[in-house]
Amino acid sequence: MGVVIVGAGLGGLRAAETLRAKGYTGAITIVGDEPHHPYNRPPLSKEALLGGVDVDGLLFRRRESLDDVEWILGNAAVASDLSARTVTLADGTVLPFDGLVIASGIRPRRLPIPGPKDGRTCLRTIEEARAVRDRLTPDARVLILGAGFIGCEAAATARKLGAEATVVALDEQPMIRPLGAELGAAMRRRHEDQGVHFHLGQSIEAFHGDDRVRSATLSDGTELPADIVIEAVGSVPNVEWLEGNGLDLSDGVLVDSAMQVSNEAGANVVAVGDVARHPDALFGPVARRIEHWNIPTETGRRAGATLAALLAGEEPDRGPFTAMPSFWSDQYDHKIQSFGLPGLATSTRVADGDVDGPCIVEYHDDRGLVGVVGVDRTQDLVPYRKEIAARADC
Amino acid sequence: MTVRIHVDMDKCQHYGQCCFEADDVFQLDDAGKLVYSTEADDSRREAVESAADVCPMQAITVE
Ligand SMILES: Cc1cc2nc3c(=O)[nH]c(=O)nc-3n(C[C@H](O)[C@H](O)[C@H](O)COP(=O)(O)OP(=O)(O)OC[C@H]3O[C@@H](n4cnc5c(N)ncnc54)[C@H](O)[C@@H]3O)c2cc1C
Ligand code: SF4
Repeated sequence: MGVVIVGAGLGGLRAAETLRAKGYTGAITIVGDEPHHPYNRPPLSKEALLGGVDVDGLLFRRRESLDDVEWILGNAAVASDLSARTVTLADGTVLPFDGLVIASGIRPRRLPIPGPKDGRTCLRTIEEARAVRDRLTPDARVLILGAGFIGCEAAATARKLGAEATVVALDEQPMIRPLGAELGAAMRRRHEDQGVHFHLGQSIEAFHGDDRVRSATLSDGTELPADIVIEAVGSVPNVEWLEGNGLDLSDGVLVDSAMQVSNEAGANVVAVGDVARHPDALFGPVARRIEHWNIPTETGRRAGATLAALLAGEEPDRGPFTAMPSFWSDQYDHKIQSFGLPGLATSTRVADGDVDGPCIVEYHDDRGLVGVVGVDRTQDLVPYRKEIAARADC
Repeated sequence: MTVRIHVDMDKCQHYGQCCFEADDVFQLDDAGKLVYSTEADDSRREAVESAADVCPMQAITVE
């Protein structure tokens, strides 16, 4: 028995490290459906896609405190019984546990578009990044579905490699939710200056090609040639293995400020990272999933501490959870850095500079500054970050 | 005992996440470039380890 962690990503890793740091000495088993130890995903649409995908360079450092952890890799959790305290794996193994960490993340959403499937890929794993990299030759015509961060980063990387890049999305502007319409439009101009084509307000009706995708038809009838399609149209939380336990799985798994699931049976069950729908005292009582890289670390630390306390028979810290969402993105030579949740804003204001150059944009809700984004101005964001952090005190 | 810190400047993208964990060791200068101390007192070890954890580029090594 001991602790079972499902998901060998950043969140699972941080939870394990914290369990050890908080004095838990029992067994830890980490189950991951990928064949790799935890690795860093953001480079998969940036440096690694540009320069080549080297697994060793992407792996997270492993602290000595985890030397005795048992890793079960290449094997998925397919079911769980939280009252009986067991997790069942794809190969039939049943793992009993005293404590469970849900760290299974998300997977890219796939759209049911008619036509050939070969040539369509998403970008979340090392294998997918390798497959995309192999196809990003200078003459390739790359069709990107989705104008969020991953889609835009993939477009920028494709252009840097000399490939043709076309972005198709339903949104009015690229990255409109996290950046707002004004900065989104400015980012679109930066991409267009680099030769990216946009078809916004459009979806793909069908793909064409005998063996593999050769072209696509858009909703307005436009026909676009394509050698490879990269799909980045949102995500689906990996929660199927938790069904049947009475948990709230309506959008990821709902947890309280201690990262514990709200369920009688789930007394020693916590969740972390992209899959966890958690409250954040900076943004009121509503629980949200936040797919930012710093959140697995923040939630992993809290969840690890909660579980260590529960397993020691102590009451965990149930005080507010406060984590500053932080996001960065590299597109061409531009560095976008955001703090807070700009997507919650009811109004935006360019605080400094011009959106077509280095700039700082403020995002406000009824309580004041809720987010800030800097383009090529990272070093000047500290006071804004402080102002957002102060929301926790009022 | 002191903590030794090394940042791989080929990897570092100057996002300054490390500065929020240990601002006595890591800072962004006026031009937005990372500057850091190569040594810190052992009492700062946890903060420096934390900075290495939150570095998006995983550019920081601690000894
Ligand atoms: C291409 C890309 C670029 C990104 N860029 C940025 C960026 O620039 N900035 C930023 O802030 N964030 C970025 N992110 C987001 C960031 O990487 C994620 O928020 C982070 O990886 C989430 O970590 P996690 O541990 O919660 O989930 P994951 O890293 O997804 O780990 C979950 C693991 O669990 C496994 N798993 C799922 N189901 C099961 C199961 N049933 N059994 C066993 N294992 C299972 C998954 O395969 C996966 O290995 C990016 C993400 C991607 C994909
Ligand atoms: S967090 Fe990492 S990438 Fe960012 S400034 Fe510090 S060392 Fe450089």
